[in-house]
Amino acid sequence: MIPLSYYLIVSAILFALGTAGVFLRRNLITILLSIEIMLNAVNLTFVAFGRYAGDVNGQIIVFFVITVAAAEAAVGLALVIALFRTRESLNPDAFTTLNW
Amino acid sequence: MDLKFIIELAIIGLTFFMLINASAILVLAERKIMGFMQQRYGPYLVGPHGALQPLADILKLLFKEELRPKGADKWLFTLAPILSVTAAFAAFSTVPWGAETTFFGLLSEPVKLGVTDINVGLLVIFAITSMGVYGIVLAGWASNSKYSLFGGLRASAQMISYELSYATSLAAVILLAGSLSLRDVVDSQNVYWLGFIPRWYIFLQPLGFIIYMIAGVAETNRAPFDFPEAEQELVAGYNTEYSSVRFALFPQAEYINMATMSAVATDLYLGGWHGVPFLENLGLGWLIFLAKVGVILFAYIWTRWTLPRYRYDQLMHFGWKFLLPASVINLLVTAALFLYLNG
Amino acid sequence: MAETFAFYLFSGLAIVTSAFVIGQRNPMYSVLLLVASFGAMAGLFIQLDAPFLAVALMIVYAGAIMVLFLFVVMLLNAPTEDALQYDRTHPLRHPVVTRFGALLAGVLVIQLAYALLRANELRVPISGRADGTAVSSVAELGRVLFQRHVFAFEATSILILVAMVGAVVLARKESDS
Repeated sequence: MIPLSYYLIVSAILFALGTAGVFLRRNLITILLSIEIMLNAVNLTFVAFGRYAGDVNGQIIVFFVITVAAAEAAVGLALVIALFRTRESLNPDAFTTLNW
Repeated sequence: MDLKFIIELAIIGLTFFMLINASAILVLAERKIMGFMQQRYGPYLVGPHGALQPLADILKLLFKEELRPKGADKWLFTLAPILSVTAAFAAFSTVPWGAETTFFGLLSEPVKLGVTDINVGLLVIFAITSMGVYGIVLAGWASNSKYSLFGGLRASAQMISYELSYATSLAAVILLAGSLSLRDVVDSQNVYWLGFIPRWYIFLQPLGFIIYMIAGVAETNRAPFDFPEAEQELVAGYNTEYSSVRFALFPQAEYINMATMSAVATDLYLGGWHGVPFLENLGLGWLIFLAKVGVILFAYIWTRWTLPRYRYDQLMHFGWKFLLPASVINLLVTAALFLYLNG
Repeated sequence: MAETFAFYLFSGLAIVTSAFVIGQRNPMYSVLLLVASFGAMAGLFIQLDAPFLAVALMIVYAGAIMVLFLFVVMLLNAPTEDALQYDRTHPLRHPVVTRFGALLAGVLVIQLAYALLRANELRVPISGRADGTAVSSVAELGRVLFQRHVFAFEATSILILVAMVGAVVLARKESDS
């Protein structure tokens, strides 16, 4: 039986990688992908705790997190497309000036 | 390393071998049936009545030159056919093709005929079929050519649109069978009404069967939904720039997808290996299974050479505005009747 | 034995592919590596007795959302970007900022390591069912989902509808009229 802390460490490393991606990457799509990595790490935490507590609610929450992540990815990508049309660039530093 | 383990490994190898042979036989069958429908003989020269034609085709393809366009993405160009064919083979893993058998008493405990059987087997097939979309969209993108890109985008948009109707018609069958495992779905069709009419789900769900077959044809990019690879419109769609082995993998993936869809349709709607109690008691249920799969594959090929092709916007309109509401209504009516009759 | 091997394989694959996702310059490769990461995550879910969630993850995330990402990358013809280290005047490269960030990261890692290593003491099942079989049945999942969480379920259906309409409206080109 794999101890619970092993799964939590994997999840923490993945969350840290996702956070590093959000901070360090200069491409809007890669930032959205890093957010998906973070959500995935949280899913792993929920399922691990649900398994080790014998509770099925861990999986139910993951179900809802996946659904919300799908909706958020769709709207986020639509926003990226709309932004790209105005500035022709995917670098978030190109959007620092508000209205020009 | 007891005998049962070795026999299970042998069954896995046999399934893989059967799938490869299926794609070869389908190449020949398609051309022969197409020929007979067009009032000519198909391939006739290689082997007796053209029976060795697939072998000649494969040898020709293997000896061709391996091309890669200059601007093509090096890794993705090779990865795309590998993804397609891997997803095609892997999707057959949870499809059972025979009852449990002890091989006429050779084994002490029965072994199931099929690669594996897990409790969410039907969804695994669906998940791996969704992975097949990547092969096509990457092939379209990595070729760095406009015909390929159009073909790839259209094919993948079509596949993900028809996946919805596919899944909803599956959900109605799962409701009736009470389990997500394909083996349980087949075994729940082993009941006979009036002694001889089997409880196949094609009788209980005729609309669901039609929706599943249409969605299956669209999922495998076969006519009349094969606009993305239409020879007349798009050169060859997403596999324009491919040659030799990489090209050979794409039609092979398509034929194996066809075989998987037919096998799943047989398991879900036509009772799998049940239906002829005489042969089943002899342990030859898999023959019945093969016969049914053959009938559905013939229907695939028949449809291709009979119906004209859908235009792309007509295709998407049909999938979203007609097939998806039909499958949802099918699910609702099935659920309502199930609740009324059993609740 | 096979269980530990499977765990190390899947978690190693997930971490390595996620590291490559954030380190890769070409967004197309990032999307494909993330699909591989989701595959590894599905393997971990199966080990945690959640097979339905594993296939649901593959179907929804890797089969639909990542295809959406791939479409957007191809539509926008997203260029490969310059990495942060090539831009020496970026405000995130200021020495005070980087040192403070490194300090905070170190504190966070120590805190997390301490908390995670203490998580092994959580051996007493909270709700009284310590076996895995009750958790992994799809029927049980459906029962709890549709009886206790039915309001959240209906709310997510409205959420998806709103997101769909919003995405179509936001990504639409301005019409000429």
